[in-house]
Amino acid sequence: MSMIVSSIGQGLLWAVLGVALFLTFRILDFPDMTVEGSFPLGASTAVSMIAHGINPYLATLVAFIVGTLAGLITGLLYTKGRIPILLAGILVMTASLSINLRIMGSANISLLNQKSIFSSAFLQDLPKYFDSVFVGFIIITIITLALVFFLQTEIGQAFIATGDNATMAQSIGIKTDRMTIMGLMLSNGLIAFGGAVIAQNNGYADINMGIGIIVIALASIIIGEVAFGDLSLNERLVAVIVGSILYRLVLLAVLRLGFSTNDLNLISAIVLAVAMMLPRLRRALKLDSVIKKGVTTHD
Amino acid sequence: MTEPVFSLKNIVVTVGDNVQILKSLNLDIFEGDFITVLGTNGAGKSTLFNTIAGNLHIDSGQLLHHGRNISNEAAVTRTNYIARVFQDPKMGTAPRMTVAENLLLAEKRGQKRTLRSRGLTKEKLATYANITQVMGNNLDTRLQTATGDLSGGQRQALSFLMATRVKPELLLLDEHTAALDPKTSEQLMLATNEQVTTNNLTALMITHNLSDALKYGNRLIILNAGTIVLDVRNDEKSALTEEQILKYFIA
Repeated sequence: MSMIVSSIGQGLLWAVLGVALFLTFRILDFPDMTVEGSFPLGASTAVSMIAHGINPYLATLVAFIVGTLAGLITGLLYTKGRIPILLAGILVMTASLSINLRIMGSANISLLNQKSIFSSAFLQDLPKYFDSVFVGFIIITIITLALVFFLQTEIGQAFIATGDNATMAQSIGIKTDRMTIMGLMLSNGLIAFGGAVIAQNNGYADINMGIGIIVIALASIIIGEVAFGDLSLNERLVAVIVGSILYRLVLLAVLRLGFSTNDLNLISAIVLAVAMMLPRLRRALKLDSVIKKGVTTHD
Repeated sequence: MTEPVFSLKNIVVTVGDNVQILKSLNLDIFEGDFITVLGTNGAGKSTLFNTIAGNLHIDSGQLLHHGRNISNEAAVTRTNYIARVFQDPKMGTAPRMTVAENLLLAEKRGQKRTLRSRGLTKEKLATYANITQVMGNNLDTRLQTATGDLSGGQRQALSFLMATRVKPELLLLDEHTAALDPKTSEQLMLATNEQVTTNNLTALMITHNLSDALKYGNRLIILNAGTIVLDVRNDEKSALTEEQILKYFIA
């Protein structure tokens, strides 16, 4: 039972990444590799600051700002520099590896005996793993509500239109480059924020913690979509959160089968690949009709 | 005569290996002009539109807006006073957004977009039901439908409404009925004519349909090899026949 609570907590904390990636992957409609750099960037920024005695809430906020800068650079390379988005993201991701080492001064920093956003007496009194459930729930609720509000504003609608049809957006006066840069900044800011929170939850920041992040974030988006089908935009954000929790539960089940945590990246990739192919597989194998036949009685 | 709204002076536009698409083109566009634009493929009609809209660089000459040189103004800035309907129904609307959302977006053309709520109120929906009903293709019953699920004719009707939601100083219609079936095409052409004349819009309309070119508008120009070879208005235009027009195409 406690493992399930832990999975839900992790799912809620990591949902920040899924919701953040949704802004670029689904709304702007491109894969942004920057996140593999901005996630550890946020983690190393926050952890280094906390290790130097700075307030953990302030450190987490600064991580968000540093993340937006990573997004800004990718956005400028893509829109003004005309570098393909995939490559622009990879460039910033690669560069941030060095930046992260500069920030941390070593390959990893521990938060042992340091205060973090999980250190408050109230959270410490909760049963085991319930602190991450509580913090995760509060954070993802605030972020999701803020995004729901933002996407319904005039700028939010212009942002959606940019990803939907850039030619049309420009023809009615929307500055699409600006919208793209804004989306990348917001997305990477949230990813870095997520990195800061998750590093504090883990108790350390590591130079390699960005590897496979995009796969995990994508998995929550895709699992949410496969599980719930056609939804409105606001509902889709909630589906990502549920997808993130489902993904953690799948991982838990796989670990129970006897796989080790070393296999997690392989398993993550397989889970995502299967989830992405599921709609096609369903059609190819006629799974729907097989299932229907199985449950409807013959007349 | 009054001062033109737009004035093209000796415009030269080249592409690729110094191929001149527009060769010292001159054109004055006056308020209330509804100009049909004819010409063979490669005559420079689309280039003319892209030049006015700001998507193509002008090599020499000047494009004036109320006497102000806008040759170097960015395309996105020119959308403050120029609106456009494309030939491809897919290009003019955001497919995953609803009809009402698309209209809302278009309503902000030329204004600053802020963090205020987009304001899709009941009153707005009622207004939209009214203006879409005019198009006569059931668009008014599909305000909450994603535009990707509309027919080509409905999408083009929506694109047209979006372009005219905020009255532009110049409306560019780039063969906007060409991708539609004959009946839908005629319906949209009639609606276009109705809107342009009642709202006294200034418009340029490219068409390959000679009878449409003669029937609609109060001015007609023919482009050939990058220059205007015929420019007639009102009575002179009414007196034209399809046979006479075809002669200009041969040169």
